Amino acid sequence: MTKILIVAEHLNGKLNSSTARCVTCARELKPDAIEILVLGDAPDSIAAEAAKIDGVTKVLSVAKAANAHALAAIYAPQIAAAAKGYSHVFAPSTTFGKDVMPRVAALLGVAQVSDIMKVDDAHTFERPIYAGNAIVTVKAPTDQLLAATVRTASFAAATSGANAAPVEALTLDAELPTHTRFVELAQGKSDRPDLQSAARVVSGGRGVGSKENFAIIFKLADKLGAGVGASRAAVDAGYVPSDLQVGQTGKIIAPELYMAIGISGAIQHLTGIKDAGTIVAINKDGEAPIFEVADIGLVGDLFKIIPELEAAL
Amino acid sequence: MKILVAYKRVVDYNVRVQVKPDGSGVVMDGVKLSANPFDDIALEEALRLREAGVATEVIVVTIAPANAQAHLRNGLAMGANRAIHVVTDEAIQPLTAARALLKLVEKEQPEIVILGKQAIDDDCSQTGQMLAALWNRPQATFASKVEITGKVAKVTREVDAGLETIEVDLPAVITTDLRLNEPRFIKLPDIMKAKSKPMETIEFASLGIESGDHLKTTKYAPPPKRSKGVMVKDAAELVAALKTKGLL
Ligand SMILES: Cc1cc2nc3c(=O)[nH]c(=O)nc-3n(C[C@H](O)[C@H](O)[C@H](O)COP(=O)(O)OP(=O)(O)OC[C@H]3O[C@@H](n4cnc5c(N)ncnc54)[C@H](O)[C@@H]3O)c2cc1C
Ligand SMILES: Nc1ncnc2c1ncn2[C@@H]1O[C@H](COP(=O)(O)O)[C@@H](O)[C@H]1O
Repeated sequence: MTKILIVAEHLNGKLNSSTARCVTCARELKPDAIEILVLGDAPDSIAAEAAKIDGVTKVLSVAKAANAHALAAIYAPQIAAAAKGYSHVFAPSTTFGKDVMPRVAALLGVAQVSDIMKVDDAHTFERPIYAGNAIVTVKAPTDQLLAATVRTASFAAATSGANAAPVEALTLDAELPTHTRFVELAQGKSDRPDLQSAARVVSGGRGVGSKENFAIIFKLADKLGAGVGASRAAVDAGYVPSDLQVGQTGKIIAPELYMAIGISGAIQHLTGIKDAGTIVAINKDGEAPIFEVADIGLVGDLFKIIPELEAAL
Repeated sequence: MKILVAYKRVVDYNVRVQVKPDGSGVVMDGVKLSANPFDDIALEEALRLREAGVATEVIVVTIAPANAQAHLRNGLAMGANRAIHVVTDEAIQPLTAARALLKLVEKEQPEIVILGKQAIDDDCSQTGQMLAALWNRPQATFASKVEITGKVAKVTREVDAGLETIEVDLPAVITTDLRLNEPRFIKLPDIMKAKSKPMETIEFASLGIESGDHLKTTKYAPPPKRSKGVMVKDAAELVAALKTKGLL
């Protein structure tokens, strides 16, 4: 029997869309059940939101003061306890899932498949290695539980609204450590669309030149109603905060439109945008590797082109 | 205080990895190998903690074939006090690596184990978290800042929502993100000095651990290619092209 438990990701009382993306991936296994586990200090509204996702058969909610913050050391023993009886336990391949899922797998003594990008069957998956330079097919044993993270950019979010899965409160028998304590989360405040789910993203690289100059990227993004991203070089240089980094070690995204401005197109950056619908590149160097993957390329100085572009929009 | 650093050798990040035409693997002949970039950052952090007087000894560990000695010598040249080489010809998976590292942790009793947040060959991002689970100790993953005060580490982590700070009691596992530090370059005299630093060799089989290599890779394929795009000459043409695609 294929029974999948998905660990919900949420923040500030809101379910992250990465959870609905995991549901889409899970449905491709043709499972008998897809259940969502919500851990939180006040998980009720999040559980209610999860119950609406099409394809979900049940929601399990664990309310505990210790679950106020998603600390892997505290979540993992609970997830491992809840996972008994399931064939698969999934989490999104976001920093949340990447942090907690291997800890769950190790507690259960099972392997983890990281970054599922395609489902071949219930135990055979495709995943990227070498920054996406190769795609491997991996087979997991059928006689033990499988832990996995789902590459969210590879799966659209499951639709929501028509479903009303039952919600059950769960009491778990798991000893929770006190050795790990949350201090604070410094969140980039922004009214712009979230980078990981935005339909349009405008990204700037080292070519933008400075923190002040980055205003030109933000302005264009606002005109387009787009989220803002950046290359590692732009983050390292302090133009923008680290949560805007796109790429192998940043965010993996799949917007309908991606605009790479003053970004050379290093393989580690391209890994993050492989599934974008249309890639637009603006770069003054006609030989830049970004043009090898761009659907629409424009060679020129970004400081001249962007104002013209804004005027033409 | 001892710090153990997991120091993996991988295909250099500048190499454009190619899949073999028969799909049996990736081309490794003549390909440059280097320390995993995140592991260089891990070692650098350990060295800085020693230089700051927090740590007294830094040990680099690798689990790799016999020919990885030169790789460990680089770690010693960078400044590690000694090296441990767990020798195996097999490529092992994260759960097995974590079990092997746990054996060394039990033997060496470090206060901190620093690993890379991911190895850029398998891109798994699992080993540190798994080690922390098996060791039943805290984990502070994707670290961009580490401060040690007494028996507590305050770690800033790069997470999707921004920067999260947590406090963990030592002993603990830390995994490094790119912005934690910039690793130093190895100087020639240090390479000479490294030759006399101790390197212990342990046969993987002698660790007596159960293999966690549960996954079987059946096929390697090149990534799907994006089709060649068009070039436009100015902003007006760009807008027109986007409109044609229905994107504006
Ligand atoms: C382990 C590892 C992980 C990494 N992970 C990531 C990652 O997740 N994401 C990531 O992005 N990188 C990552 N990198 C870094 C990556 O290798 C590149 O160094 C980085 O992406 C380069 O950023 P860039 O394109 O902005 O800068 P550059 O390569 O310096 O390119 C700047 C570009 O701007 C253009 N330009 C300059 N001025 C103008 C102008 N006025 N108008 C138009 N164009 C202009 C130039 O022609 C050039 O092409 C990683 C590297 C390593 C080793
Ligand atoms: N064979 C190995 N030898 C030494 N360190 C390793 C090995 N495998 C994994 N590691 C460590 O674990 C980190 C994460 O690896 P991974 O989970 O494979 O992405 C690496 O950055 C290393 O620090």
